[in-house]
Amino acid sequence: MKNRGGYLYILPWCIGVLIFTVYPFITSLMLSFTNYDLINPAEFVGLNNYIKLLTKDTAFLKSIVATLQYTILTVPMQLTFALFIAFILNFKIKGINFFRSAYYIPSILGGNAAIAILWRFIFRSDGLVNQVLNVFGIDNVAWFSSPVAAMFVISLLKVWQFGSSMLIFLAALQEIPQELYEASEVDGATKLRTFFSVTIPLLTPTIFFNLIMQLVNAFQEFNGPYLITQGGPLKSTYLSSMFIYDNAFKFYKMGYSSAASWILFMVILTFTLTLFKSSSKWVYYSDGKGN
Amino acid sequence: MQKSMIKKHVNYTIRYLVLLLVAFVMLYPMLWLISASFKDNNAIFTSIGLWPNKLDFTSYVKGWQTGTEFTFSTYFFNTFKIVIPKVIFCIVSSTITAYGFARFDFRFKKALFSLLIATMFLPQVITRLPLYLLWRQIDMLDSYVPLVINTLFAQEAFFVFMLIQFLRSIPMDLDEAATIDGCNSFQILTKILLPSLKPAIMSCVIFQFVWSMNDFMGPLIYISSVEKYPVSIALKMSIDNTSGIVAWNQMIAMSVIAILPSLILFFSAQKFFVQGVTSSGIKG
Repeated sequence: MKNRGGYLYILPWCIGVLIFTVYPFITSLMLSFTNYDLINPAEFVGLNNYIKLLTKDTAFLKSIVATLQYTILTVPMQLTFALFIAFILNFKIKGINFFRSAYYIPSILGGNAAIAILWRFIFRSDGLVNQVLNVFGIDNVAWFSSPVAAMFVISLLKVWQFGSSMLIFLAALQEIPQELYEASEVDGATKLRTFFSVTIPLLTPTIFFNLIMQLVNAFQEFNGPYLITQGGPLKSTYLSSMFIYDNAFKFYKMGYSSAASWILFMVILTFTLTLFKSSSKWVYYSDGKGN
Repeated sequence: MQKSMIKKHVNYTIRYLVLLLVAFVMLYPMLWLISASFKDNNAIFTSIGLWPNKLDFTSYVKGWQTGTEFTFSTYFFNTFKIVIPKVIFCIVSSTITAYGFARFDFRFKKALFSLLIATMFLPQVITRLPLYLLWRQIDMLDSYVPLVINTLFAQEAFFVFMLIQFLRSIPMDLDEAATIDGCNSFQILTKILLPSLKPAIMSCVIFQFVWSMNDFMGPLIYISSVEKYPVSIALKMSIDNTSGIVAWNQMIAMSVIAILPSLILFFSAQKFFVQGVTSSGIKG
């Protein structure tokens, strides 16, 4: 290891962290204890914003519930699907490159506004999805006027982007030594038994990693609901990130919005810390190393 | 023996069929999007088939003109004014930072590295508002500076982390030999390590490009004048303007154009995508 000069190389990043992470992190917390509307000077109000959000603001509480619904719906579905496809792909199969790309394309484009437009369009009452359902003799579904259906539409957009988790699973699957499978076969284990007793335990670090990554993302989802359902119907898809955005940039309640973002942050933190704590019970590190 | 051969074949076929079916269902909406862009407004809602009855480019021509005084040429030009600097700044700053972390020892290195990883998980929702207020205070709203500048400081930890992982896999002997030959530490980076880093850098270029093309919330918050809109916001504006008769085919044509640059890049550099995701295994 060279010793001199190290600081010099990481200096820009260090300055950047102060400006773009540390400063806004602290400021955001301070803002959350004030009322600030961009015109009048900020006024200290103590915990009022938090109390109001948690006890009186039904729109906010509903948005937290919707965000939890969205997260609990999308993350397990996405990961299960990603694992399932990775498992099928982990096989000497022709055209593996084609499939890898085909499944990955939605992950690249999913965040694009163009895809949100596509989604809005194919789920219209006379759109592609209903036309296909009609072919199978199923009546039109009013995707955007039922809360359950609307939540399904934006969740599907997320699950559709399972490609990056799938690639990570696939890479982990390919690292599992073949001898383990052979040993398991010699011991007379069935395929299913091998999957649950050999494959899954060895994949737990990857599952854990994907789970954290997708949770943090899902809790902050904005583009899908903002562009496709606009939070409707009846605010059933009005996720917390939309609440935070509206309060800041539509109603100019900067302090209130900051407090809401801190509550969301606490929710995310609770989930991730609980996962980290529980990880010693279910995550299995074969060589003492993580992902 | 024969029985197990048959079983193997059946197994193989089932896997294949599942994969094909899933790929078909997943890609159908996109293929249909492309074909719909050539259909006229009526045909879009009457046929689920892929093949348009005739190739009609008018939705492209009309869509490009838009209902505003600007055409999509302006919006694309704006998008690239954001994306290209972001890609360049990000690569330079992330490489330098990664080099510092991967090849040097210094006090608090462990703590700083933990901080780097922590920023990867820190919800953006917390920092967004104070940064907006900061840019407002120094009169930088409605410019591209707030969208681009953080890349000058290697603030996207994903890229730094990916490059660190890659640098760690390059043997130190190379550096040591170069030191003996009289290279200083910066020359080691540019002359010795950079060539080997190329694949990782390509992955960074591609991911940064695609993510910046997709970025929606950044411009939504910071850019307020129509002449500065990037494509993502221009598309949003076009769905908002849907009063009365909607020219869906034009909007669809523009959506196809909007994803085209990312698609072309993806198909021409697929292996770097796959490498990027699997080597450091993050996000997407």
